[in-house]
Amino acid sequence: MPRDVNPADFRGVWVYIEHRDGIAAEVSWELLGAGRGLADSLGVELAGVVLGHQVEPLAAEAFAYGADKVYLVDDPLLAEFRVEAHARAFTRLIETYRPEIVLMGATPCGRELSGTVATAVAAGLTADTTELAVNPENRLLEATRPTFGGKLLATIVCERWRPQMATVRPGVMPRPEPQFRRGGSVVRASLDLSEADLVTRVLERIREPGRADALEKAEVVVAGGRGLGDKRNFALLHELAEVLGGAVAATRAAVDAGWISRDHQVGQTGKTVRPRLYFAIGISGAIQHVVGMQQSGLIVAVNNDASAPIFEVADFGIVGDLFRVVPALTEEFRNRLRGAVGSASSGTGPVGERSDGGGG
Amino acid sequence: MNIAVCIKQVPDTAEVRIDPKTNTMVREGVPAIVNPDDLHAVEAAVRLKERFGGRVTILTMGPPQADKSLRRALSLGADDAVLISDKAFAAADTFATTYVLALAVNKLQAERGPVDLVFCGKQALDGDTGQVGPGLARRLGLPVLSYVTGIRSVDPAGREIVVERKLDGWREVLQSRLPALITVGKELNEVRYASLPDMLRAAEYRLVTWTAADLGADPNSVGLRGSPTKVSRSFTPPSRRGGVRLIPGGDTDPRRAAAALADVLMAHGVIGGRGEDSPARAATTVRVG
Ligand SMILES: Cc1cc2nc3c(=O)[nH]c(=O)nc-3n(C[C@H](O)[C@H](O)[C@H](O)COP(=O)(O)OP(=O)(O)OC[C@H]3O[C@@H](n4cnc5c(N)ncnc54)[C@H](O)[C@@H]3O)c2cc1C
Ligand SMILES: Nc1ncnc2c1ncn2[C@@H]1O[C@H](COP(=O)(O)O)[C@@H](O)[C@H]1O
Repeated sequence: MPRDVNPADFRGVWVYIEHRDGIAAEVSWELLGAGRGLADSLGVELAGVVLGHQVEPLAAEAFAYGADKVYLVDDPLLAEFRVEAHARAFTRLIETYRPEIVLMGATPCGRELSGTVATAVAAGLTADTTELAVNPENRLLEATRPTFGGKLLATIVCERWRPQMATVRPGVMPRPEPQFRRGGSVVRASLDLSEADLVTRVLERIREPGRADALEKAEVVVAGGRGLGDKRNFALLHELAEVLGGAVAATRAAVDAGWISRDHQVGQTGKTVRPRLYFAIGISGAIQHVVGMQQSGLIVAVNNDASAPIFEVADFGIVGDLFRVVPALTEEFRNRLRGAVGSASSGTGPVGERSDGGGG
Repeated sequence: MNIAVCIKQVPDTAEVRIDPKTNTMVREGVPAIVNPDDLHAVEAAVRLKERFGGRVTILTMGPPQADKSLRRALSLGADDAVLISDKAFAAADTFATTYVLALAVNKLQAERGPVDLVFCGKQALDGDTGQVGPGLARRLGLPVLSYVTGIRSVDPAGREIVVERKLDGWREVLQSRLPALITVGKELNEVRYASLPDMLRAAEYRLVTWTAADLGADPNSVGLRGSPTKVSRSFTPPSRRGGVRLIPGGDTDPRRAAAALADVLMAHGVIGGRGEDSPARAATTVRVG
């Protein structure tokens, strides 16, 4: 079954530009940042793959974030994400242009698409990676991912099969600064499919209340765990988050208790966040939670148990009762930031324009 | 309706310890469980069978001990179970796994008639890739509907199914032709408690085992040899940083502690309007103390 491919026939690094209605998922840009580094080490081009309908503007954005080239398939049949059509388009591109590395976001769509495409082209696929490196000598992608709930990291390589594919967790790689004057070339390809070839249809698509990506974008995250004791007490976190222009997150224990919805969960089975500042309040610091937040800039823990493992990952800790400490923090920050809010350039909050109020 | 459900036996990761010397999992004493998402897949399949008739067959590729997981699925109302087991299958990645599972589904269809639906869990606790469902669908030539959170309607005669699924920030209603492959998680349903008669039946059930030879598998396409990906090294995550700086007063004087924390956070520029010039995503190098 392994197709006898010659790795030397495959060149270039590709990134799937995932989007909805032409609005890119943040992870697409994060991957262009990571892909840029890989392409430079290998001395090859970095390409974005844009599939959709009326999505040409995404090509310019992809150049701004580092792509040299964009493969564009623009077709009404690609307007909704239907994996059968998107996988067909992607597979054709791979077969025609033969990249050596293909990266996609480890999002629901990215996982569905990558699993389908990798099987179709007989590629090696490493899921949910958090670190990517390339060995310029043997040109192997070294994709590192957490296993066993983050207790172990494994570096995966794919020696003989091409392309080497990986999905990468959103929020893990830094997003590059866009340079809107950068240009690149667009390679257009057609999708020779008709509606009659497709067997799935999207009957309805509804935006879920509460912006799902607010948490990933927030510069300050205020996260709470079982220590909050009750759904109503999450109000304490919302107040602190509001003062800091941050978003509210939670552990799985708090989510399972029904105190907050699942899209707020951070960790192995939730989201990975990487804010400037992360508050862990009433959170013990289980490894499954820590893997989702350990890359934050600064971590502050508030816990009444001085031996809680969260203090092993935190930069600053306050040992004490959160019901006394958190209101004191809110009040202190409110007083200090009163002046700063007015002077913040964007006016959306004291910590910069990408912050997002509340957390819904 | 004929339904196949792929389940995986996994170590309960909550209980897994890593041997710090060898960087391998300490298997002793780690309970093996049915991958949690897969139980919801079994439940969904059994409910459809109860409504429309037909048979539910459980498939698992794994070591002989995985028979325990098959019996657990049988106790939830599944009709048949097949253990797909062969030394040659060891160390398969998702590509080699879907190769074997696809052969198994096809053998099942050859022996017992066409399958209308294949269910998988949305991801496995240990592999945690979520790739097996889409990969298997691709090999079987079936549409894949993943992350399904609700089954709205099934029309076995009209060969049609309508499901709801959740993607980042969106809820979608998808219609598909039957046969199809569906991946599900715990949002879909509540797994029932096994009834006593079902438990007895499961305990006494005579399992069938299919080997590589039974499936007519190409020896180069299974197990380690058929796997494009290889683990080149594994290691324990480096601890994050040097140590925590404790701000005193949390117990005695929270307001003083709050003020002291605000001082250091402002000194680090993480709050207080200095945001724009030090992007959070570059701030991971900030070290304290
Ligand atoms: C396969 C798997 C996947 C998982 N995925 C995730 C995941 O994605 N995300 C996740 O978060 N978890 C996940 N978990 C669960 C994880 O193992 C922990 O159970 C969970 O993170 C614990 O949440 P917690 O810290 O809120 O609760 P606890 O561990 O109960 O900790 C509560 C803390 O609050 C403190 N506290 C109590 N009262 C107060 C007070 N008044 N003031 C101050 N502090 C107080 C306590 O000292 C304690 O440290 C997963 C588990 C498994 C097995
Ligand atoms: N060895 C296996 N045998 C049967 N089913 C499996 C096996 N491995 C994975 N699966 C199925 O594929 C799903 C996703 O697994 P994974 O892609 O490894 O996250 C699981 O929930 C199972 O339904």
